[in-house]
Amino acid sequence: MKKVIYISLLILLANAVFAKIIRVGKQRAVKTIQAGLVLALDGDTVLVDAGTYHEKNILIKKSISFIGVNHPVLDGDNKFEVISIRANGVLVDGFHIINTGISSIEDYAGIKVYSSRDAVIRNNILNKTFFGIYIEYGVNCLVENNTLTANSKVEQESGNGIHAWKSDSLRILGNTITGHRDGIYFEFVKNSVIWRNVSEKNLRYGLHFMFSNNDAYYCNLFRNNGAGVAVMFSKELKMVNNIFEENWGDGAYGLLLKEISDGFIENNKFYKNTSGIFMEGANRIYMDKNVFEANGWAMQIQASCADVTLVHSNFMGNTFDVGTNGSLVLNTFNNNYWDKYEGYDLNKDKLGDVPYRPVSLYSMIIQQNPPAMILFRSLMSSLLDKTEKLLPSLTPENLKDEHPLMKPLPL
Amino acid sequence: MKKIIKYVIIDILRNKIMLGYTLFLLVISLSIFNLEDNSAKGLLSLLNIILIIVPLVSLLFSAIYVYNSSEFLELLVSQPLKRKTIWLSLFSGLATSMAFAFLIGAGVPILLYEATPTGFMMLGAGLLLSVIFVAIAMLAAVMARDKAKGIGVVILLWLYFSIIFDGLVLFVLFQFADYPLENIMVGVTAFNPIDLSRILILLKMDVSALMGYTGAIFKDFFGTRLGLIVSFFVLVSWVVIPTWLSLRKFKHKDL
Repeated sequence: MKKVIYISLLILLANAVFAKIIRVGKQRAVKTIQAGLVLALDGDTVLVDAGTYHEKNILIKKSISFIGVNHPVLDGDNKFEVISIRANGVLVDGFHIINTGISSIEDYAGIKVYSSRDAVIRNNILNKTFFGIYIEYGVNCLVENNTLTANSKVEQESGNGIHAWKSDSLRILGNTITGHRDGIYFEFVKNSVIWRNVSEKNLRYGLHFMFSNNDAYYCNLFRNNGAGVAVMFSKELKMVNNIFEENWGDGAYGLLLKEISDGFIENNKFYKNTSGIFMEGANRIYMDKNVFEANGWAMQIQASCADVTLVHSNFMGNTFDVGTNGSLVLNTFNNNYWDKYEGYDLNKDKLGDVPYRPVSLYSMIIQQNPPAMILFRSLMSSLLDKTEKLLPSLTPENLKDEHPLMKPLPL
Repeated sequence: MKKIIKYVIIDILRNKIMLGYTLFLLVISLSIFNLEDNSAKGLLSLLNIILIIVPLVSLLFSAIYVYNSSEFLELLVSQPLKRKTIWLSLFSGLATSMAFAFLIGAGVPILLYEATPTGFMMLGAGLLLSVIFVAIAMLAAVMARDKAKGIGVVILLWLYFSIIFDGLVLFVLFQFADYPLENIMVGVTAFNPIDLSRILILLKMDVSALMGYTGAIFKDFFGTRLGLIVSFFVLVSWVVIPTWLSLRKFKHKDL
């Protein structure tokens, strides 16, 4: 047994020793990347000098490290997919990829991973790509510190920034994505993490989850996307420490939760969105320590949600705190701070003695009859709200915070 | 004309009610800004004052002042002065002092604590509303000879502009809920200066909520420079038209 281990160690070492570096550049022996790739064997490194390369589709079929020195430009001439990875353990580092083809049949991407394991894609700059980085059937891939920019105008002619399909154990870290259709798109992706990315000014969603279970996203910034962030038809998701900012418009949400089960939403900040969170058919969601500030609606919970728990959150300066569309309430609100709370605290336990009802009558009226927005904050609407507070009739009886906090939490 | 304006202003400034109104506004605005921990809530309370108290005081004070100075008006009319000059001077005097009271009472705290676009919009709206309701009150006062009746009319007018009008609009909105009323609503606001000023302030204050579908229509109109100019002219015409009507009436009035 020991012999086997020694021998295999020796083979590994030999491999490391004999792995060679192939340099590609105008002044080198190897002039083109395609030629360099032909020369390379598994485990080799292809180093590309700075410059501009028009090499059509660069297909990597060996487990190599493909590294750019000072960001050489790989130009797809608006016709080709630039880098295609069809081998395990490929590293793509430090390229500047521009002008992929645009097609309505094929999903051309700046860098595409086909059915491979352990791909590492990092420090690349992608400009004017259709899809940016595309991973299909990828396992344990890392996408790190890439900058993706597109300036598409219509959804039909634009692809997603980082697109992952039927993959497992991906890590998407520290990327910056602007101007794509969806910043980051996950469909059938499991056990993956999205961490420290910035996704802004994308045409549709900053982040889009479909049928992706057991994933987590932490510390991301989603700002000014066409419709915010959408998380749909997924289970067991963790959303922690993210910032959702300035997603404005009808049908634009800081965070859209549709048919989500067992979600965990903690420590996020929702700032200046038309709706901070919009929930539809969400089940068993636990929300803790979130901040809702200066949103149109801090939260809209449709009556189709059940077992949503919202605790220890701050609601400040929102036009409406909570909106809903029915009288059925199967959700729990407790110990939140609401700046519109007008109750008192006689026993000084820092909890209000009367419950707070975050749904105002006028938000129900606007839900039914949107043009009534024109009378918002008039004496008429304040009177309606006040009477409703004394004698609740239209607003759901059970939607209330039994023990609201008197002071905001330090979040 | 200048002399009469000067006399009217001095007379009003000596008036205890005017001083009280200024102090009231000042105390309320200062305490609002000092007591509320976030300034958004302060602005909200201030909004209610601007939309409710300012029109009420403007209307009542101006109407009562016009009735009380009926003898003075008679005296002026017997002098070789044009009636137009007399009436316009009275209006200018009243409007200047109401606007001045608002500027001191609410304007100074706004500038001190909330010198933001929202604050400036509130300041502008408050000033315009002060002047608009002076004009409306003078129209009411010249139409009704009897003081009690005149004041009654003025109070009704206030009720109409601050509640009844909105109630009617809400009623129409629900009766015709199946029709696209958004654009019509934009037009309807022109008929109520309080609503118009409120929407202009809302566009600065609740911009996130207004970005929804209907809100976007309002924003597309009022939020643009053109919309702002149109709204301003509508508000100014709320000063000009009542003043012109009351002037026409006053010219031929048997005092």
